[in-house]
Formats: sequence, C-alpha cells, structure tokens
Amino acid sequence: MTDAGPFHDPGRVAALAARIERLAGLLPRPATLMEVCGTHTHAIGEAGLRRLLPTNVRLVAGPGCPVCVTPVDYLDHAIALAMRPDVTIGTFGDLVRVPASRRDSLERASARGADVRIVYSPRDALALARALPQRTVVFLAVGFETTMPTIAAALTEAEATGVANFRVLCGAKLLEPPLRALVADPELRVDGFLLPGHVSVILGADFYRFLTADCGVAAVIAGFAPVEIQQGIAELLEQLVARRPRVANLYPRAVSAGGNRTAQALLARWFVPVDTRWRGLGSIPASGLALRPEFAHRDAAQLAVSLPEPLEPKGCRCGDVLRGSISPPGCPLFARGCNPDHPIGACMVSSEGTCAAWYRHERPVRAADA
Amino acid sequence: MQLTDRREFEGTATLHGVRRTVSLLLCPEVVVGDHVLVHAGFVIGRLDEQEAAATLALLDEGLAREREANDRAAGEAAS
Repeated sequence: MTDAGPFHDPGRVAALAARIERLAGLLPRPATLMEVCGTHTHAIGEAGLRRLLPTNVRLVAGPGCPVCVTPVDYLDHAIALAMRPDVTIGTFGDLVRVPASRRDSLERASARGADVRIVYSPRDALALARALPQRTVVFLAVGFETTMPTIAAALTEAEATGVANFRVLCGAKLLEPPLRALVADPELRVDGFLLPGHVSVILGADFYRFLTADCGVAAVIAGFAPVEIQQGIAELLEQLVARRPRVANLYPRAVSAGGNRTAQALLARWFVPVDTRWRGLGSIPASGLALRPEFAHRDAAQLAVSLPEPLEPKGCRCGDVLRGSISPPGCPLFARGCNPDHPIGACMVSSEGTCAAWYRHERPVRAADA
Repeated sequence: MQLTDRREFEGTATLHGVRRTVSLLLCPEVVVGDHVLVHAGFVIGRLDEQEAAATLALLDEGLAREREANDRAAGEAAS
C-alpha cells in the first residue's frame, strides 16, 4: 500500500471525522473501542487519528502485537537454546531486542557468542538449515493466525525435502481467547473492536460471529489506510448508536467470509490448541498453538536446556498497556528510562508495539494522558 | 504488491520496482497480474480491485448524502 490514493485522501478523512463527531453526539454513554492489531496502532498514530476523536470516544490499543504478548519465559527459553553450541537461531528482527529475565536478550546472547540470525521469512530459516547441515536451526515461531500458516508451510517444505535439522520453538497465539477475555474484563468495558485486517484474511469474517452471538459487542474488520480506519470507527459508533452489534466487513477487497482455507488446513495439520501464557493477560486456556505430537521431531522444546526462574522487568507496565487499562504515558517508565533505543518492556521494542507507536507519534500531545 | 511471474509454488511479487521471491503454498490460486498480500515471504491472499472500488463508491455516496443534509440544515438555519 502506498501513502497516496483514495484511501489516504485527506478530504475523506475529514468528512469521516465529521461523521464520527455527529455519531458520538448520539451515544448513550462514552464508548471504549479497541484496535486489536499493532499495525493499526501504528497507522492510527502516524495519521494522528486519535487526536481527531470526540472526547467521549476512547480508542485503546489491544494485545495484537505478537512480540509484546510473548512472556519472558519464552525469551529465556530462546536464549537458552541460542547458547547451545550446536544451535543457530532464526528469528524475525523485532524479537532480538525484547528484554528477557534479568535484562538479558537474544541480542546480548549474540554478543556472548550465540549464533542468532535475523530472517525475513520462515523459509529463510529453512534455507539456513539447508546451508548449515551440521547445526540445528531453530526458528522462533511467534505470531498469530497470520504468521503461523507461513511457519506450517515452511515445516511442510522441510518434511517434503528431508531437511531434518530444522525445528521451531512454538510461542504461537490465537486471537479468539484474548478477545473473549477482554470482553469479560470489568475494568476495560470494551464496547467495540477494530479487528485486525491481516489475521482476518486468514480466518475470514465469519470467524468473528462469536463477538455478536456470545459477547454482544460491536465489531468491524478494517484495512490500514487512514480512510479505512476512520470508516471502521464510524461503523462501530453506528452500531452502538443503533444498539445493533454485528461484524461488519469493511475490508472486502482482502477479507472473504470464509478466509484462506488452504492456510487454515495447514494450521490444523501441524498444530493443536494449548493453554498458554500472555504478557499482561496471564494464562488463557487453549489460547496458543503447539506442534502435534507426531511432529515432536520438529519441536525445539525437546532439546535439553536449563531454564532460569522467569522475572518480568521491574516497574514495567506492559501488561496493563496490553490489557488497555492504561495508555503508555501511564507507565512510570514511559520516556523516562524506557525508550526505543533502550527498551525495558516489550511494547517499546517491536515495530508493532503500543509504547513504540506512542513514543514515535503521540507523545507530545498526550503526555498528560494516563 | 503485484504478482509478475510464477513458477510452480513460487513467484515474483513486485512493488515500485522492488522484486521479491514469494511462496505461493498458502495461496496457490493466484495468477500473474493479481494484486497480492504478502506476509513473511508468503502470498496470503489476493486484493480484489473491484471490491476496493465498490467500498469507495459506497463511502462517497454516504458522504455526499451527509454533505447535502448538512447544507440543507445550514440553509434552513440561515433563512
């Protein structure tokens, strides 16, 4: 997507801001909306859309940044594997600087001699395994339903071409369980979700029916351009004003009703749901993915390592930010010790992280907001 | 990005002259010329230009109606 074109048109953004203002005037009570996806958080910050919102509409960031919700014990595990002399780690770039226990990180492990390689795709990690037949290449499988099919595809390729030294450390997360947990959070009182565009490409619009049927909240699938986000917010307010929650698909150019069936089938073939821990949300039943038992030979968790006692960074409130209970400036470390150059918490590291987005785009205006 | 070339399960996606080799394993139905969504080296979906135009037309229709209503209200207030 480019920064020009009809979906970035300032005239449409302004007209939609007026529509949002008018609808907000009809709301029975102040509304809390949540953008679930980290890419939305950055797009909203970059376009300055939060500042255009009426005062009775609160838009909070959700748990959709995979790196941010990955708990420290996963990173401790990845570092322990990285320190094995026979292991090469392949990982997406934003994971290497995320603080683990005791301010360790993959970056620091790399400085101590561990072989940590940043890759763009799980396929690159597979290529690495082919190039380094004497070593075990472990790909750090962190992500939601958008990323996990790409990892399943790489695993399928590894099986088909007999690359035995390729494994994954599974830290996958599913979208539905945390959405249900957030709806049930009495402190947050979320009225509507701006649903993630790319996860929806895989899952399809029909996947979200539970939000209407079981949760009774407003929901919209929207793209990432300013006009699309504004349109999404207006749609959520329309549903709230009419008291008719539904799942609106305003991103039909990419999202179908049924989603990407090929990707869904590949996910089901390789993985099964498993209880997993989230930074900020704690343990949620069946909210993660693990490799099926028949693929244990691909599971890096089978490699012997000793793990330290997990320790979250002191004073860091990433957990509250991820639950939407505070905005980043509400954390005592935000811009005071914790910044993108010296991140203390995960949300400041990732390109999708809420704190990183606020630090870059929303700090001067909302510094007093908590 | 646009798919500009395909071999069996691989293809080339191009945006502003930048070319990337992408896997088509997750979206084998794409054809050369399709606008595609690429995630971590894989095509995960197609972008339907007709749907994009339809979404935009619907939006503009609604915004035009609102503008007319506003103008009418302003006219009535002035008279």
